[in-house]
Amino acid sequence: MSGTINIDGKTVPYRDGQTIMDAAIAAGIYIPHLCHKPGFTPHGSCKLCTVKVNGRNCSACTFPAADGQVVINTSDELLQDRRRITQMLFVEGNHFCPSCEKSGNCQLQGVAYHLNMLDNHFPHFYADRRVDASHPDIMIDHNRCIFCNLCVRASREKDRKNVFDIAGRGINKRLIVNSVSGTLKDSAISVDDCAAHICPTGAILIKRSAYRLPIGQRTYDQRQISDVALSGEVEHGQD
Amino acid sequence: MAKIKVATVSLAGCFGCHMSFLDIDERLIALLEVAEFDRSPLTDIEHCGPCDVGLIEGGVCNAENVHVLREFRKNCKTLVAVGACAINGGLPAMRNQFALEECLLEAYRDGIGVENPHIPNDPELPLLLDKVHPIHEIVKVDYFLPGCPPSADVFWTFLSALLAGREPSLPYELVHYD
Ligand code: SF4
Ligand code: SF4
Ligand code: FES
Repeated sequence: MSGTINIDGKTVPYRDGQTIMDAAIAAGIYIPHLCHKPGFTPHGSCKLCTVKVNGRNCSACTFPAADGQVVINTSDELLQDRRRITQMLFVEGNHFCPSCEKSGNCQLQGVAYHLNMLDNHFPHFYADRRVDASHPDIMIDHNRCIFCNLCVRASREKDRKNVFDIAGRGINKRLIVNSVSGTLKDSAISVDDCAAHICPTGAILIKRSAYRLPIGQRTYDQRQISDVALSGEVEHGQD
Repeated sequence: MAKIKVATVSLAGCFGCHMSFLDIDERLIALLEVAEFDRSPLTDIEHCGPCDVGLIEGGVCNAENVHVLREFRKNCKTLVAVGACAINGGLPAMRNQFALEECLLEAYRDGIGVENPHIPNDPELPLLLDKVHPIHEIVKVDYFLPGCPPSADVFWTFLSALLAGREPSLPYELVHYD
């Protein structure tokens, strides 16, 4: 089965089983997203992809397309909501971009630029989670993790290693490593794994690969994330 | 026409935002035709008087920062958080991961090359706050200019709009957090 939906006045075809996000991307329409990545099971955690479907807020990445749906993706209200959501992600972790090697290539930052986010609005949490630098090639700065679950999905679905998981509840939620010591060095991860490269932020980093691209040539220096996301290019420009 | 009054200050800043402001280069001359400086590291004025615009660089890390910030808020019609530090505490807020006492002991007692080790305790010195804070956690802020530092064009775009009575906005190319 297939049919059409309407996004911001444009008629968009879909195939049965596709979400609103799938149909939008196929039609070249950008819906802001962070936890979604084509080819991976949708997760629905970041809420950046919030759109209005027949008058209600829904996550485009998990909501199935259905014939005749009227979807609003562009409105002042949605822009405000998405900006607030992004600000929440910034204050919940320690996003000191001036000293982050992902800066310029970071999807969280790229989305914030796209949304013209100028401040963080909320009081800061100043998270205090320890860095895991135990592995010879890969490190994790847990204070930059946005719990998008992409590394978890990549390790399970692509690498078949099941290295990561999200544990804990509420604000104490954290990314954990499935190894006896809980550290990366004792896990099965290797530097060639999909999970080592998929992180949209500066949480999982490849050692000795920082600051390779001059300022001005980094992914989001010149092109907006909307453009990059629809081009199907790899978005983590640092490796 | 009376000149627009501008005050500027560096709290827990590095003066980099001020340097970037001066990077407007010869446009500074045009600015001085329509604006004059009140309290600022660039003038000798000690206290902030009634002003149109206050540019605040740096987060808030000690008691004196709090007093100065409040003085600026009281006197400036429009208060602007300039740079990453004023907006989110910036890199100095990385000390928020440590107890204040640990930081002081490392710097003044246990650090390499420390002579006459003791934590300075003269009452002249402002006490450090236990955490570094963005300025919006202390006072209301009207505008934010992101960047570490914001580029000269950010200052220019912002001030030009404000002086012309337009609502300031920053296009994509001018928004950076690094
Ligand atoms: S992960 Fe992205 S948003 Fe966070 S500090 Fe690094 S560059 Fe900035
Ligand atoms: S480490 Fe990166 S990929 Fe994994 S959940 Fe956190 S932000 Fe997502
Ligand atoms: S992309 Fe849909 S919730 Fe994250």
